[in-house]
Amino acid sequence: MAAILLDPLAAIGRATLGACRTVGDVALFALEAVSHLVRPPFYGRLFWHAFIEVAWFSLPVVALTAVFTGMVLALQSYTGFARFNAQSAIASVVVISLVRELGPVLAALMVAGRIGASFAAEIGTMRVTDQIDALTTLSTNPMKYLVAPRLLAATIALPLLVLVADVLGVMGGWLIGTLKLGFVSAAYLKSTFDFLQTGDVISGLVKAAVFGFIIALMGTWCGYRSKGGAQGVGGATTSAVVASSILILALDYVLTEIFFAQ
Amino acid sequence: MSTANTPKIRMRGVKKAFGPKRVLDGVDLDVAAGQGMVILGGSGSGKSVTIKCILGLIEPDEGVIEIDGVDVLKLPRRERESLGDRIGMLFQNGALFDSLPVWENVCFKLLAQNRITRAQARDKAVEVLAQVGLAETVGDLSPSELSGGMQKRVALARAIAAQPDIIFFDEPTTGLDPIMGAVIDGLIVDCVRRLGATAVSITHDMASARRIGETAAMIHKGRIVWTGPAGNLGHSGNAMVDQFANGEREGPIQMELRR
Ligand SMILES: Nc1ncnc2c1ncn2[C@@H]1O[C@H](COP(=O)(O)OP(=O)(O)O)[C@@H](O)[C@H]1O
Ligand SMILES: [Mg+2]
Repeated sequence: MAAILLDPLAAIGRATLGACRTVGDVALFALEAVSHLVRPPFYGRLFWHAFIEVAWFSLPVVALTAVFTGMVLALQSYTGFARFNAQSAIASVVVISLVRELGPVLAALMVAGRIGASFAAEIGTMRVTDQIDALTTLSTNPMKYLVAPRLLAATIALPLLVLVADVLGVMGGWLIGTLKLGFVSAAYLKSTFDFLQTGDVISGLVKAAVFGFIIALMGTWCGYRSKGGAQGVGGATTSAVVASSILILALDYVLTEIFFAQ
Repeated sequence: MSTANTPKIRMRGVKKAFGPKRVLDGVDLDVAAGQGMVILGGSGSGKSVTIKCILGLIEPDEGVIEIDGVDVLKLPRRERESLGDRIGMLFQNGALFDSLPVWENVCFKLLAQNRITRAQARDKAVEVLAQVGLAETVGDLSPSELSGGMQKRVALARAIAAQPDIIFFDEPTTGLDPIMGAVIDGLIVDCVRRLGATAVSITHDMASARRIGETAAMIHKGRIVWTGPAGNLGHSGNAMVDQFANGEREGPIQMELRR
C-alpha cells in the first residue's frame, strides 16, 4: 500500500534531483568557460573560426527568415487593421514586433538549429573519440580551447545577425507595403522610424546576445558531456537543439518581462 | 623526496567505480624509471581506466598515485596540469584532431607550451615525422586521409614530439596487420630509448608485449594479479597469466560471454 503511494513520489523526487543536478552542472560549466575568457592564453584563431561559422554562414538563413517575416507581418496586420481603419499603424507594428520580438527570437531559433547542432556534434565526436582527453595530455585546457571561443563568438555574432535581420525584416514589410498595399514609400519609412525607440533596438540586441550565449552553451555542454559513440553524439545534437530552442522561448518571456514591465 | 629507488610511477589501492560498476578494485603498481612496462588484461578489464587515472583524466575514488614520489592526487590543479607537460600519451584509437593538418597535430603540445612558433612547427613536424618513418608530404594531409598504420605513426609522433619522460601507449598495435604492428613496436622501442623515457604500454598482443616490455603486469577484475619479466609470459607459473598469454579457453579466467 505504502509502496503504491511512495513510488510515484520517489520518481518525482529522483526527477527533481536529476533536473537540479543538470542545471547545476550547466551553470558550473558556463562559469568555468567564462572564467577562461579572462585568463590567457587566448585562442583568437579559434574564436574567429567560430565567429565566421556563426555569423557569416548563418546569414543566408537568417536573412531569408527576416525578409519573409517582415512581409507576412505587413500583410497580416493589413488584413487585421483594415477592419478598424488603422492601416496607418502597419509600419510601426511591423518594426516594433520585428525589433523587439521576432527578429531576436526567429534568428536565434534558426541559429540554434544550425550552430547548436554543429557545436554539439563537433565536440561530442571529439569526446567519444578521446580527442578531448588528448587535448588535456597535450597541455591544453579543453574548456578554454573548445568551449570559451565558441561561447564568445556566438554571444557577439547573434546581435550582429539580429541587426541585419531587423533591417531586412523592415525592408520586407516596406516591399509589401509599397508594392502591394499602396503605401507611399516615404510615408511608410517615416512612420517606421517615428515610432521606433532606441530602447526597442537595444532590448532586442540584448536578447540576441543572451540567446547566442545559450545556443553555444547548450551546444558545447551537450557535446562535452556526450558518451556512447555515434548514438551518443546524435542524442547530444538533438538535445542541444531542443534545449536551446526551449530556453530561447522561455528566456524571451523573462527578458521581455524585465525590459517592459513597469 | 625522490631517490634513486623511488619508482617513477607508484599506485597503491587505486579504486574507481562508474555508478554501480567497479572497474578498478585496488590497483597496486610500481614502474621503475626508464623501465618498459606492459599491462595485460582482457577487454574491459580496466587497463585504459588505469592509465587515465595516472594521467589525471579520470579521478579515482580512492588510493594513492605517485609520480617521482609526489602524490599527484593531492597536488593543486595548476601543478597537476604542469606535471602533464612531461607526459606523453598515445590513445587507443589515435585521437588525432581531425580539424587540424598532420603537422599541427604533431607539434600541438610544443605550440601549446609556446616552445616554438608556428613557422618553426612545420620544420619540427617534418623532423619528428621522419623519426616515425613518415615522409615530409604527410605533414600537410588531414588525419582522415591516412591509413590506420599511418594514423598510429602520427599519433606516436605527437606523443613523443615534446620529449616526455613518461609515455603511455594504449593498444598501439591493435587493429593493424602483424607486419605493421611489428613496425610500430620497433618505432616505439626506438623512440623510448632515444628519449630515455619510462614507457607504460597496454596490449593484448603477446608478441608485441615481449617486444616492447621488459616487465609485464596482468590486470584482472580490477586488480594487478601478477607482475614479472615480460620474457616469462606464457611460462610464468601463474595459471591466469599463462592462460591469457597462450590464449587458452580453459583456465582460471572465465570470460564473461553473457551478461
Ligand atoms: N568514462 C566512463 N564511464 C563509464 N564507464 C566507463 C568509462 N570508462 C570506462 N568505463 C568502463 O570501464 C570498463 C573498463 O574500461 P577500459 O579501461 O576502457 O577497458 P580496457 O581494459 O579494455 O581498456 C569498461 O567496462 C568500460 O565500460
Ligand atoms: Mg582500452
